[in-house]
Amino acid sequence: MGLKIIVLAKQVPDTRNVGKDAMKADGTINRAALPAIFNPEDLNALEQALRLKDVYPGTTVSILTMGPGRASEIIREGLFRGADCGYLLTDRAFAGADTLATSYALSVAVKKIGDFDLIIGGRQAIDGDTAQVGPQVAEKLGIPQVTYVEEILKVENGKVLVKRHIDGGVETVEAPMPLLLTVNGSAAPCRPRNAKLLQKYKYATSKSERTEETKHLELLETRPYLDITEWGVADVDGDVKQCGLSGSPTKVKSIQNIVFMAKECKQLTGSDNDVEDLIKELLSNHTIG
Amino acid sequence: MANFYLDTPALKYHLNHPLMRRIVELKERNFRDKDKYDYAPVDFEDAMDSYSKVLEIVGEICGDIIAPNAESVDKEGASCGDGHAYYAEGTKQNLDAVRSAGLMGVAMPRRFGGLNFPVVPYMMAADMVSRSDAGFENLWGLQDCAETLYEFGTEEQCARYITRVCQGETMSMDLTEPDAGSDLQSVMLKATFDEKENCWRLNGVKRFITNGDSDIHLVLARSEEGTRDGRGLSMFIYDKRNGGVLVRRIENKMGIKGSPTCELVFKDAKAELCGERRLGLIKYVMALMNGARLGIAAQSVGLSQAAYNEALAYARDRKQFGKAIIEFPAVFEMLSLMKAKLDASRSLLYETSRFVDVYKALDDIAKERKLTPEERQEQRKYSKMADSFTPLSKGLGSEFANQNTYDCIQIHGGSGFMKDYACERLYRDARITSIYEGTTQLQVIAAIRYVTTGAYLTKIREYESEEVKCELASFKERVKQMTDKYAAAVDAVVNAKDQEYLDFMSRRLVEMAGYIIMSHLILRDGTKASELFEDSAKVFVRYAEAEVEKHCSFISSFRQEDLAGYRK
Repeated sequence: MGLKIIVLAKQVPDTRNVGKDAMKADGTINRAALPAIFNPEDLNALEQALRLKDVYPGTTVSILTMGPGRASEIIREGLFRGADCGYLLTDRAFAGADTLATSYALSVAVKKIGDFDLIIGGRQAIDGDTAQVGPQVAEKLGIPQVTYVEEILKVENGKVLVKRHIDGGVETVEAPMPLLLTVNGSAAPCRPRNAKLLQKYKYATSKSERTEETKHLELLETRPYLDITEWGVADVDGDVKQCGLSGSPTKVKSIQNIVFMAKECKQLTGSDNDVEDLIKELLSNHTIG
Repeated sequence: MANFYLDTPALKYHLNHPLMRRIVELKERNFRDKDKYDYAPVDFEDAMDSYSKVLEIVGEICGDIIAPNAESVDKEGASCGDGHAYYAEGTKQNLDAVRSAGLMGVAMPRRFGGLNFPVVPYMMAADMVSRSDAGFENLWGLQDCAETLYEFGTEEQCARYITRVCQGETMSMDLTEPDAGSDLQSVMLKATFDEKENCWRLNGVKRFITNGDSDIHLVLARSEEGTRDGRGLSMFIYDKRNGGVLVRRIENKMGIKGSPTCELVFKDAKAELCGERRLGLIKYVMALMNGARLGIAAQSVGLSQAAYNEALAYARDRKQFGKAIIEFPAVFEMLSLMKAKLDASRSLLYETSRFVDVYKALDDIAKERKLTPEERQEQRKYSKMADSFTPLSKGLGSEFANQNTYDCIQIHGGSGFMKDYACERLYRDARITSIYEGTTQLQVIAAIRYVTTGAYLTKIREYESEEVKCELASFKERVKQMTDKYAAAVDAVVNAKDQEYLDFMSRRLVEMAGYIIMSHLILRDGTKASELFEDSAKVFVRYAEAEVEKHCSFISSFRQEDLAGYRK
């Protein structure tokens, strides 16, 4: 039983190691100072897809991402780990999308891809932290969804048994396919890149990435898998009004750059009382616990 | 989130040596695999890019998985029960990671599922794995045995077994027995031919077998009844799927605790012959050992790197008398010397690896077609250099690893003696490197013939003709003077025509040759990449000069009759 799986992935700025120059003076993210990475929870999602591929021969895993041309990097990262192919949604008209416009674009792309059994994405991206895109894609496609997935236990008779992470425990639920799942960061980490797959796919590029300097363009003729599918709004029969900035009701009013000041420090003596008070304070303001 | 390849630019520097062009050319044979395998390189740049990118994968796994697991693996250790050995939890995770990254069978040909990488990048991976967890390097590094299978097994055996190794199965080399350690000629494990089943049967005991519960074993056994020496020994393949071998116990070791060291009992274990009868020790194990010794040289360099990193970080962090201890000459001298020994032994490791690469690739070509006279000459030249450099790389590299982990603890002071820091584990792990796969004393025995025949001296004179940058020119002069003294000391000892006296002095002579060779290599590195190696080059030459002086002084003031006072 081979499954058709689409993994939703996003290239994000690495906000985990933020330095002083992470924000520009106008309050927007300084993308140049932050390396672009595969959104961490999307890697957990990819691992779940690859595990199904390990268990059910004939399964195909496709990566779908929206972003600028260089977002092909994460498609290659996915191919190096065992994905079969990738789709890059890239178009000026997609730019400036909030979660509504993003999920619209992804859902029309999914329809364009065609048949699928499972769509798996990370719970949320580390740049926006909304956790809205996955659920909205499911709604737009009219399919059921399971969020906070920890592990896919089995796939049988058109149904998927899933362990999900909930407050204070786990619950096991069953849902019919086609189905959308969003996966938690606490799920199994993604497998490393594979040496052979890396050598096989390292020259994979999307159309807009290629220049005259791109190495080994001649290989595209004999190795069609090196061409990463690239789609604009028209290719996925999208409605321009629902895409990008024009399809985004969310308006950012202002962004504040908060700089922690050194003076916000407190001297503790190290006595038992002081330590206990500190623990209580941290618990009450939810810094810990 | 550390990447052990990207954070150590010395590796990329050594990878880009000019001889790599020849190595890749021999290894890829006009890139004939490119239309057959989708992961084969199409040209030289492509191959080099792949090595580097795959080493990035190794570096990431080392930094993110293997190194963070090392402490718990050391604590939990391997265990034994029901006739089997079991890995620690962290070891299993490490194995899963290297398997899923396709890092088993790195140097094996593609037709068996390998990556067909040269020895140089393969040893770089070993260097990083050892830096992360020296014990895990043993398990991962035993894929080396596949090389021996490849060299001496039939095509059919290779297809059956090497394919499995490339898919992730582990190997072991079962040589040592209770009464056959350094002296492998005394191996007694009995191999008898079972006419009924048309197979060999193994009976007896093996001891100190690293990863002895592996999937595929190479076993040295006595196939010729009535013989007592090495000429009665043959090499066998034992497949765990057939059963017949039990792990009786595992050793409680000082270090490399994640790697189970097993005592094995063979009871009518079904086995097949690898290669020809009687050549087990004299040909196959010798080849196996040379590969394994290079692996231990890489393990030593990795440990030296880990020790240096730990010591440097601590010395910067630790404050005494109002300043970081790295500012005290007594400490920064130790650190500089550690770094110099690390850089010099690494340079020797990759120089040796390149020699091995050239001759092995030519050997492999010779299986397909007759070599041209030029190729035969090249093959002989590099094979000889590989043979002469391997014991130096293993012998001196492992001694340096021991010295470096010792100094690492010293820099940590009292804290280094506690289990709280990684340095005490490194110290325990390093201790075995100068013992197994031939003790340093045995490396000296392997190397001394290249001292007495003048092979080292010829190679040293060749290095002398290499240009160095002007800041290092005076150091080059000093190395030349060291060489003259070394040559005189060799003459004096050899001319005495007394074997015991030569044996007595051989470690000193071999060390001098090694230090001089490493001096030339590090001067070359300091010239080509001064930002990485110039300081180390100067520090190392000063160190080597003092060591050579010390040995020469000992030799020149020693009289043959003084030996009597040493005999116990």
